[in-house]
Amino acid sequence: MENKAISCKNLTKQFGDFKAVDRVTFDVEQGEIFGFLGANGAGKTTAMRILCGLSFPTSGEATVAGFDVYKQQEQIKKNIGYMSQKFSLYDNLTILENIVFYGGVYGVSRVDIKIRSDELISTLGLEKEAKKLVGELPLGWKQKLAFSVAIFHRPKIVFLDEPTGGVDPVTRRQFWDMIYQAAESGITVFVTTHYMDEAEYCDRISVMVDGRVEALDSPTNLKNKFQTDTMDNVFYQLARGAKRADS
Amino acid sequence: MKQLLAFVRKEFYHVFRDKRTLLILFGMPIVQIVLFGLALSSEVKNIGVAVMDNARDVQSEQIIAKIRSSAQFEIKEDELNYKEIEEHFKTGEIKCAVLFPANFGSKLYKAEGAQIQVIADASDPNTATTVANYLNVIVRNYQGELNPNTQLSYQIIPEIRQLYNEEQNGSLNFIPGVIALIFMIVSTALTSVSVVREKEMGTLEILLVSPFKPVLVLLAKAIPYLVLSLIDFIIILLLSVFFLDVEIWGSLPLLFVESTLFIITCLSLGLLISNVTNSQQTAMLISMMGMMLPTMLLTGFMFPLENMPKIFQWISNILPSKYYYAIMKGVMLKGLGFSYVWKETLVLVGMSTVLLFIALKNFKNRLQ
Amino acid sequence: MKNEVHNSHLSAANSQLSVICKNIVKTYNKGEVKAVNAVSFDVQKGELFGLIGPDGAGKTSIFRILTTLLLADSGTARVEGLDVANDYREIRNMVGYMPGKFSLYQDLTVEENLRFFATVFGTSIEDNYELIKDIYDQIKPFNNRRAGKLSGGMKQKLALCCALIHKPTVLFLDEPTTGVDVVSRKEFWEMLDRLKKQGITIVVSTPYMDEATLCDRIALIQNGSIMSIDTPDNIVKSFPKPLFAAKADNIYTLLQDLRSADEVESCYPFGEYLHLTVKTATSDIDSIKQIAGKDTVNGLEVKRIGPTIEDSFIRLMNEDNVKENTKEKADGK
Repeated sequence: MENKAISCKNLTKQFGDFKAVDRVTFDVEQGEIFGFLGANGAGKTTAMRILCGLSFPTSGEATVAGFDVYKQQEQIKKNIGYMSQKFSLYDNLTILENIVFYGGVYGVSRVDIKIRSDELISTLGLEKEAKKLVGELPLGWKQKLAFSVAIFHRPKIVFLDEPTGGVDPVTRRQFWDMIYQAAESGITVFVTTHYMDEAEYCDRISVMVDGRVEALDSPTNLKNKFQTDTMDNVFYQLARGAKRADS
Repeated sequence: MKQLLAFVRKEFYHVFRDKRTLLILFGMPIVQIVLFGLALSSEVKNIGVAVMDNARDVQSEQIIAKIRSSAQFEIKEDELNYKEIEEHFKTGEIKCAVLFPANFGSKLYKAEGAQIQVIADASDPNTATTVANYLNVIVRNYQGELNPNTQLSYQIIPEIRQLYNEEQNGSLNFIPGVIALIFMIVSTALTSVSVVREKEMGTLEILLVSPFKPVLVLLAKAIPYLVLSLIDFIIILLLSVFFLDVEIWGSLPLLFVESTLFIITCLSLGLLISNVTNSQQTAMLISMMGMMLPTMLLTGFMFPLENMPKIFQWISNILPSKYYYAIMKGVMLKGLGFSYVWKETLVLVGMSTVLLFIALKNFKNRLQ
Repeated sequence: MKNEVHNSHLSAANSQLSVICKNIVKTYNKGEVKAVNAVSFDVQKGELFGLIGPDGAGKTSIFRILTTLLLADSGTARVEGLDVANDYREIRNMVGYMPGKFSLYQDLTVEENLRFFATVFGTSIEDNYELIKDIYDQIKPFNNRRAGKLSGGMKQKLALCCALIHKPTVLFLDEPTTGVDVVSRKEFWEMLDRLKKQGITIVVSTPYMDEATLCDRIALIQNGSIMSIDTPDNIVKSFPKPLFAAKADNIYTLLQDLRSADEVESCYPFGEYLHLTVKTATSDIDSIKQIAGKDTVNGLEVKRIGPTIEDSFIRLMNEDNVKENTKEKADGK
């Protein structure tokens, strides 16, 4: 179990009678790009919150980066990065200020912040914009920057919650290039998306329906299993049976 | 008309389905009245007193001894002149001073009676009143001891003068102040928030792209809050009468007309705020900081205006709540008629007309 | 080319057009931000027209201008023959609009929401039941549920009902499927198709390229400018080069290898495959395999494929970027 980036066993989260997450069991290997799919309200967000150390499960076991989700939430938070479509960066801080701020929050040393921020700004090609406010950047750039910031402290795992929503197809692909690079460097990527073609970029994907993981495999195997040639259809076949609606 | 009704009904749904709004609407006035009421009746202890005894006879010494022995008072220094007393008032060491005239003892046995002057620091009007009352009691008790059998002869008449705030603001004057505050919260803050919420939710876009006249949107937003404000007004009046035993002297219809006028002023302000803001937080902040704080601080219901720097007194002139407060104090607590408050009423009419005009003019048929 | 299309429509018959946009420009922050840059397009009566582009492309601004919510800086636009600036009252009576962030009144029930909007539009649910019946029946079981407690898909259906309640001639839907899952999206497009059959003109925007094929005609829009307007078929057909799909066991290495190869013009991930074009016009799969290094790469698979709207979009975007870069360079000198 220590070798897994994430390991869940019968993970359950209950709100009253409602089982938002219902006996979910899966492992994520280190360095893997793991796609976490599901219709609205299937329980993705709740599960992700538990794994990020933001809420306790009702029952079951789970470890993230080797740390227990019940007892070691603080260690979990230190070892993961998080980025979502909604929350990314502070619009009224400059790019550099945002980077320094997040570096500081995660306890990266000043020297490292300096070295890594210079490096980051040059790889993103943002030398000219470094002193500009983030609010002035186009959406695609913001998302790329937000991702870089999320892995700035070299976390073991990065959680991405619909990172590419509404982003143009070219930038979306540049974003995935960055995800690949992060994975190559050993960071485990845990990602949710509404774009089914992006599901194909993942090493393995899980599909959640009504709080349970109904399918988990590589995209190719899933397509074979459901006898179809697109992930779209796999997802459609699985999610069509969903009874439950989100709030 | 049918559209307007449907809209107003919808507004009431919003209000009655939101616990927080309900709490603000009905919890706040009750809590404020009760709290202010309780705060005012609080006990006063160890008040600093200065004594200036020009008589130096047995009677004055006896009274001073009584003051010294009471739990409420603490005599600071005995020998003081007028100038020193004033200094002590300013530093706040003493809250009141007792002055005995030169021939106090001998006058006491004469027909015209003897006088004591009590000077109280009325910048805190509540304490001043309490202090004066306590002293009154002490003097009266002494008088009773002197003359256990007969009443009314050899009177000592305490002549009470209140420094700084001779008009005695405070005491029950907080009630009109609370009413003004509640109107500000309901009609200005809640109204602006409810319009801005529609902006945030995107429903305002739909309403604009409908045959419904944009001005009617404002009207439909205003009506429910006018009604709710008046309900709050009734609640406060009832609480004042039955909980605080306040007598309402003035005419009720006049009170309602004046209040409706002030509510309209507040509503216009609220609509104006909602025109220029795009988020509920901003609308709330502007209403709170820009409208409610000045109402609390600068209308004179918590702190006497006369003591404030000129600049604040000048600013207070542009606050609608100042005029409403004056009207309510006059009508509700003193029983004055319209002929005494027409000037203030006219100012309010003028202000609400201007504000309403700006609010309507500013309301865009389109998005910015 | 855009102009040609435009003129031919005009000459055909103005009365056949439901929406006419001509050189619409819209800027924000006193001209600093150009949201819409000389956009022109027409929508035929009864057509399902799609504005396809990412967030920030200017779609919402265009919708707001057409629904009379915003005034354009310059250019003219007409809806059903009426000018959006001058005849806004008439237009507001005849269009249905679903804004992007529209979320209804969360604290009102399904029925209360619908009734409210019906009354505001001067009609009633009963009067226009026929039109919304199809959609309304699906959410009717939840009539007494508050809108805030509905699922994303059901909210969207309710919103559509509200937009349809007054029998609009033209329906403007701004990103109705954003943030909604695949199943609901599919159902939503089926509903649009049925509405179209009833003769309603529909203008819809979406950031999802795969939804483009469900429209009669589409405009691909990026950075406030329209890159191409045509039927989805024609847009795909105008893709100038043969397109190949390739994959291998290690797809990321393959991507890097292909990108660094001189012969390759463009290469990007697309689902489980990489899509690529080469600089020559060859359609020979073997030569592509050669470029990819067929002897050294494990599990290499190459096939010729037809492009999708997304491929076209990417190509057009890159062409625009190249143009801009060369222009910038020229300006720099």
